[in-house]
Amino acid sequence: MKKKKHSGIFKIIFCLFVYIFLFLPIAVIVVNSFNATNSKPYMSWKGFTLDWYLKLWSNSSLLEAFGNTMIIAIISTLCATAIGTLAAVGMYKYKFKGKGLIDGLLYIPVVIPEIVLGISLLTLFSKVNIPRGMITLILAHVTFCVPFVIFNVRARLSGYDNSIEEASLDLGANRIMTFFKVTMPVLAPGIFGGALLAFTLSIDDVIISYFVYGQTKTYPLKVMESVKSGVAPDVNALSTLILIGTIIFVILTQGDLIKRKSK
Amino acid sequence: MDKIVELNGVNKVYGTNRVVKDLNLFVEEGEFLTLLGSSGCGKTTTLRMIAGFEEPTTGTIKVQGENVEAKEPFERNVNTVFQSYALFPHMTIYENIAYGLKVKKVSKAEIKKSVLEMLDLVQLNGFEHRYPSQLSGGQKQRVAIARALINHPKVLLLDEPLGALDLKLRKQMQLELKRLQKKLNITFIYVTHDQEEALTMSDRIAVMHDGVIDQLASPTEIYEHPKTKFVATFIGETNIYDGCITSIKGEIANITLENGEVSVKCPEDFSILEYASVSVRPEKMKFSTKKVDGFGLVAQVKDYVYVGSVLKCIVALPNGNELKIERLAGQELPKVGSKCYPYWNPEDAVLIHNESHYIFEALNNIKLA
Amino acid sequence: MSKSRLNFKANTLPAIVMVGPVVVIMVLLIAVPLIYVGIMSSCSIDEFYNVTYNFTLENYIRLANQDYLKIYSQSICIAFITTLICILIGYPFSYFIARTKSKKKKILYMLVIIPFWTNSLIRIYGWRTFLGTNGWLNIILQLLNITDEPIDFLYKTGATVLGMVYCLIPFMILPLYTSIEKLDVTLLEASSDLGAGSMKTFVNVILPLTSGGIFSGSLMVFIPCLGYFFVSDILGGGNSDVIGNLIERQFQGGNNWPLGAALSIVLIVVTLALVKVYQKLGGDMDALGV
Repeated sequence: MKKKKHSGIFKIIFCLFVYIFLFLPIAVIVVNSFNATNSKPYMSWKGFTLDWYLKLWSNSSLLEAFGNTMIIAIISTLCATAIGTLAAVGMYKYKFKGKGLIDGLLYIPVVIPEIVLGISLLTLFSKVNIPRGMITLILAHVTFCVPFVIFNVRARLSGYDNSIEEASLDLGANRIMTFFKVTMPVLAPGIFGGALLAFTLSIDDVIISYFVYGQTKTYPLKVMESVKSGVAPDVNALSTLILIGTIIFVILTQGDLIKRKSK
Repeated sequence: MDKIVELNGVNKVYGTNRVVKDLNLFVEEGEFLTLLGSSGCGKTTTLRMIAGFEEPTTGTIKVQGENVEAKEPFERNVNTVFQSYALFPHMTIYENIAYGLKVKKVSKAEIKKSVLEMLDLVQLNGFEHRYPSQLSGGQKQRVAIARALINHPKVLLLDEPLGALDLKLRKQMQLELKRLQKKLNITFIYVTHDQEEALTMSDRIAVMHDGVIDQLASPTEIYEHPKTKFVATFIGETNIYDGCITSIKGEIANITLENGEVSVKCPEDFSILEYASVSVRPEKMKFSTKKVDGFGLVAQVKDYVYVGSVLKCIVALPNGNELKIERLAGQELPKVGSKCYPYWNPEDAVLIHNESHYIFEALNNIKLA
Repeated sequence: MSKSRLNFKANTLPAIVMVGPVVVIMVLLIAVPLIYVGIMSSCSIDEFYNVTYNFTLENYIRLANQDYLKIYSQSICIAFITTLICILIGYPFSYFIARTKSKKKKILYMLVIIPFWTNSLIRIYGWRTFLGTNGWLNIILQLLNITDEPIDFLYKTGATVLGMVYCLIPFMILPLYTSIEKLDVTLLEASSDLGAGSMKTFVNVILPLTSGGIFSGSLMVFIPCLGYFFVSDILGGGNSDVIGNLIERQFQGGNNWPLGAALSIVLIVVTLALVKVYQKLGGDMDALGV
């Protein structure tokens, strides 16, 4: 009995330390966003201020970078989700030549270091003279997001009863109607999970974007640029706002999911 | 009556595997036709070809006299009840049943009227807002039937619809399906491997074996006059022997079997010296303590098994083959271990043409005799 | 005629519509660029840093240079230590949260993911702020009188490893969590019922059943570790470079693309070898992406 209690306390302390480890740098970011320091590298504490949250709105290049990140993330998530969902279902249902090869290629963005994918896209874009910018960023993001969507949808497809699609065709719905009314809704959790992962990967990506961005800077690239001289507290302020935004988003969506499940 | 579904020379080949072989089948309007066979006999493939999920490799399929070869499943006026029910898990019962009308863009008021009618028909009033996961197997089955019937199909295809239900529920649903079919006067094509189910429900049964229809006839005909050895053994219990017709006197043929001679009523298409099989149902078998004219079988009573209304008797022939004989309980019977002479009324036994690969077996039997 | 048209409408057309886009992307944006990198790795550059297409193994020979070899071994060392630490922290942690009977299990799980929705660079920079000579850690240590002089934790291999562990530990925790959660409790009960102590149960039952999670987690930690150049840039300050730093320099500063390409090919070969080992160990490829 006594032994059990001790191990229980040990568990809690251990987990607490891991969580502290995970959240520590975030605490630093949040605290520093209120730091009144004005001198690089903005590390020492000079008192509390909300100035950075106001100054943030006049830092047009930072806001533009954030806007770019959101545009790229939304477009590439939508594209990757659409392409990945169709592909997962198509590869589940149809046999075709070269399927094994495509299957193998899908694992590449998942396993090889991002830097290799980044430089390979860089060499391709420079070889065929595609100007680097928004377009190349979106292409790159779609490329590394698609496999993650496919794997998520595929996980949902195991245990999927093909006959519900046949039932839909049988009842008079054509293939397109069947896809939207039966296949998609049933696979929705997998599609949603894949889209969420794609979005997360896209907004956080530094390495691949770093090689293909041209003049279009994303928010992570903007951060990377400022790392050398010291990240200004307004970047911390924006990060804090993003963090709050994502937490609200998680509570809204996950809370909803939990409720639906229990129903 | 009109032929509502016609299959002409239909073959289905998967790679090198010929699943359905030169199938000809005519289904009459308003009948309850069952495709009966063990798994892998091609019955489900046949059904799926009629529904449009599979294409025949060669041959034609007509529904209402019209070739449906180029028609997609959603363009055919047939509907299917699936073995797994295939209910849409993300829709309520109401939405499931309404689906067929919704995709046809029928007005909401009409859909509501039809769905309620259907719910009434399958006795599921009040369940419209539930999800499939909240229903029992039998209820899901009813929803699947209602969903398939809402389009008023000319033909309803049922692929082992009761396979997943327990025995008691299955019996109840069998009667209900039959009632429904009579009430709506829709043609049912029903696939099952359960011979009892087929006998209970069908107007006609097509017994399939290895991609071929062995016999297509009414349940009584199938049971009492099986055309092939397979049909005889697959439907109900039977005692079957291979032998050679050694003489025909009037309507009665004498067959020499390995264990002796028996008498069977001989149809016209059998001739002397032909190899044939004799099938006798256990309830038609008799046994006597004295030798019966025309029968040379001698056996030993092995065991009696009491199964309610009847007593099953197992007797062994000299070569070790066992015969099953059913007697009404309460009759006086020879003791276990005693000698007996099995026989039957020659009219109660069925003579079956022997398929080629059994001939050698039969020949051997004769030699031994 | 009509029959083949039906087959086209029922099978060929949907297959093309559904799988076509992914085939185009995978071939044009994955296969072709990688092949091109392979070709480039055997090219040389002229005095203006332009790539000239003539076959040479010169780049690969340069890779065997003493300095490079030192960085490979250093990089692999960092990746190995990082993976080991991730297992040692990640396994018990995943075990505790996956087996907790608390109703807040889902929240505990989400708390692992939420930090990763903040940009990884800025979090790594947060560590730099924390560890720096006038960072929080030094302030705490000085307040506690453990040290008088600020200690420089940065620009050491240890700092890089810390950053790598921090960035990659969720890739260890998530597959472990999944495989531990899937564990059938009755198996553990059966094991203890048969007389095995908790240590024996762990070694003989739990560990083999969760090894899939350890393998896929290790793969997903070890490989990126070789390429995460920004971690060693920010925390290691050039003292603990990984292979990724070498590649990055050739493509961004050094401008010797063929040499960078050759380095990338080495990285690909290492990756494929590790994946092969993973598959040999019975790892499921699909477990890597979810």
